[in-house]
Amino acid sequence: METLDLLLGGFAQAFTWQNLAFAAIGVLLGTFVGVLPGIGPAMALALLLPVTYGLDVTQALIMFAGIYYGGMYGGSTTSILLNTPGESASVMTAIEGNKMAKRGRAAQALATAAIGSFIAGTIGTLLVAFFMPTLAEQAVKIGAPTYFAIMLLSMVLVTSVLGASKLRGFIGLFIGLTIGLVGLDQSTGQARLTGGTLELADGIDIVVVAVGVFAIGEALWTAAHLRRRPLDVIPVGRPFLGREDWQRSWAPWLRGTALGFPFGALPAGGAETPTFLSYIAERRLAARKGRDDEFGHGAIEGVAGPEAANNASAAGMFVPLLALGLPVTATASILLAAMQKYGIVAGPTLMTDQADLIWTLLASLLIGNTLLLVINLPLAPIWAKLLRVPRPQLYAGILFFASLGAYSVNRDPFDLALLLVFGALGFAVRRFGIPVLPLILGVILGPLMELKLREALDVSGGDLSGLVNERLAIVVYVLVALAVVGPIVLGRLRPRSAVDEVRDNQEVER
Amino acid sequence: MSTTDLDRPAPDAQPARPRDRAQYVLALVLAALGVYTVVDARGLNVGFGDPIGPRVFPYVIGTAMVLLAVLLAIATSRGDLPQAEEGEDVDLTTPADWVTVAKLVAICVLNLLLVNVLGWAITGAFLFVGAAWALGSRTLLRDVLVGIVLSVGSWYFFYSGLGVQLTPGILDGIL
Repeated sequence: METLDLLLGGFAQAFTWQNLAFAAIGVLLGTFVGVLPGIGPAMALALLLPVTYGLDVTQALIMFAGIYYGGMYGGSTTSILLNTPGESASVMTAIEGNKMAKRGRAAQALATAAIGSFIAGTIGTLLVAFFMPTLAEQAVKIGAPTYFAIMLLSMVLVTSVLGASKLRGFIGLFIGLTIGLVGLDQSTGQARLTGGTLELADGIDIVVVAVGVFAIGEALWTAAHLRRRPLDVIPVGRPFLGREDWQRSWAPWLRGTALGFPFGALPAGGAETPTFLSYIAERRLAARKGRDDEFGHGAIEGVAGPEAANNASAAGMFVPLLALGLPVTATASILLAAMQKYGIVAGPTLMTDQADLIWTLLASLLIGNTLLLVINLPLAPIWAKLLRVPRPQLYAGILFFASLGAYSVNRDPFDLALLLVFGALGFAVRRFGIPVLPLILGVILGPLMELKLREALDVSGGDLSGLVNERLAIVVYVLVALAVVGPIVLGRLRPRSAVDEVRDNQEVER
Repeated sequence: MSTTDLDRPAPDAQPARPRDRAQYVLALVLAALGVYTVVDARGLNVGFGDPIGPRVFPYVIGTAMVLLAVLLAIATSRGDLPQAEEGEDVDLTTPADWVTVAKLVAICVLNLLLVNVLGWAITGAFLFVGAAWALGSRTLLRDVLVGIVLSVGSWYFFYSGLGVQLTPGILDGIL
């Protein structure tokens, strides 16, 4: 019950009119930016970072929470109304959601997504709150060798499990690792890969990398292949659910939550896998009841499940972030960068150093989630209008705000040049089908990994046994081995799975 | 999710084009990057009693990069094609429009060259208007108005809201 008291304490901190206003502004801004086509929650956060510069820590965190959930919800709106997932986690929502919208059930699709997101986010955040103290106790005991192993696991999972081409996944990862090398070496202070410039000595800010690769890259890529035809946005009224929709939605919401949370909490890289699994599961369950004829033509279960899985995994992501200081998604890494601006060091000591702050953050997440539902259900028609922004102005606006964000940090044109360079990189990875998530993870985890590796081996005097002298580290290495070998073996054993089937169906539809 | 549209080949593609030559260029760039990473690390001093030192990581990363570049070149020669990313506003059935991309890049470059001279309130507006024009907008007057509102508004937002003075440039004293 101690947890409950602490969480209530967090609510007391977060629950002032002023803070509620910040949460509401965050939700509105996040949804506004998230609804814009081609912008996922990570980019929404990165673009909106400058907005929080003048705020104190608590207010900034509350606003982040709002922006985060708002950005995710905005993404699902775009998926449903435009069939254009802004990020890989919304892909599954788009499949059935857009079909529902085309059949005139856009309002129900939006409603089941919003309510499912709310339920999954709330359950997920509460789970984080209840596991947090125990986790923090355990995390303090984790030493450098285990840290190193966990990061390795995270990289291997993200790189080899997601995406179609492992080779390209690793190329993305190593481009990221190379970017992460730039700057002064952490223990000897020697410049690496800076080409002798002073501006690069501090390393490259992850926000500049993310905004460059996501936003500028998207703008350049679109400029090269702009579709010169009007979009067909489906008009939408106020979202609501009928009795039958409720009956068909509640179980998928809970199942999606159960799938999404563990995937988010393990450093396994985000929501792509659980949304996929949730979709497959709902489809099979429907088939068992003989009701799967609707799948592929707008089944509400296919929106409710994946959308819940997406948000539950987004909440679960806070477990490795807060307990270990490990960001496992692009969004988490932006959040971490934002926290670092306030001098918050994420990691095992966070729970003891900044306990108040963490409980405030968790309470803010719950508040932000609730506001999301209250604000966005009535506003859905307005968001749908936003999808009609003419494309030239839309991308000009994205370029403007991306440049503003990069420039305002140091007011140095050099950052704008860097932004453009990463924009070119973003263009290249889109052109060559290189996944972005491993790249971002490489930038973030590379320096951390090196630090932990050197810590572990300094203690053992350079003896490699220093990497495996913790029992937990050995367990994690076994998992790494399984992650590498598993898919290969499974691929040989399974002739064809439902996963392949869904993939093929999508390809046919396109 | 990116799948190439197989039943509508791009007009510039010859039938059964076996490989994507641009990937060789990518492989070359990656290999060069890997080599540069390794060469750059050779100039670092390894301190006494530092078993790993600052060199090991760049060595590993650089070497792996070269290896990946070689693998990419081999895969390309075997006819491995990348799946370019699709999007709502992206039409992959037409060849890339390099003129528009060049215009956008030029506008970004102009902005970063001029921002400290003219100030954000001017170049920010120029950035918006220029980008919209490059992407095919023909409502110039409206774009200029929107651009000015955005750039001057953001300048004041940072100045009075956050206490950050974005470069005033030639408008110093007027703003």
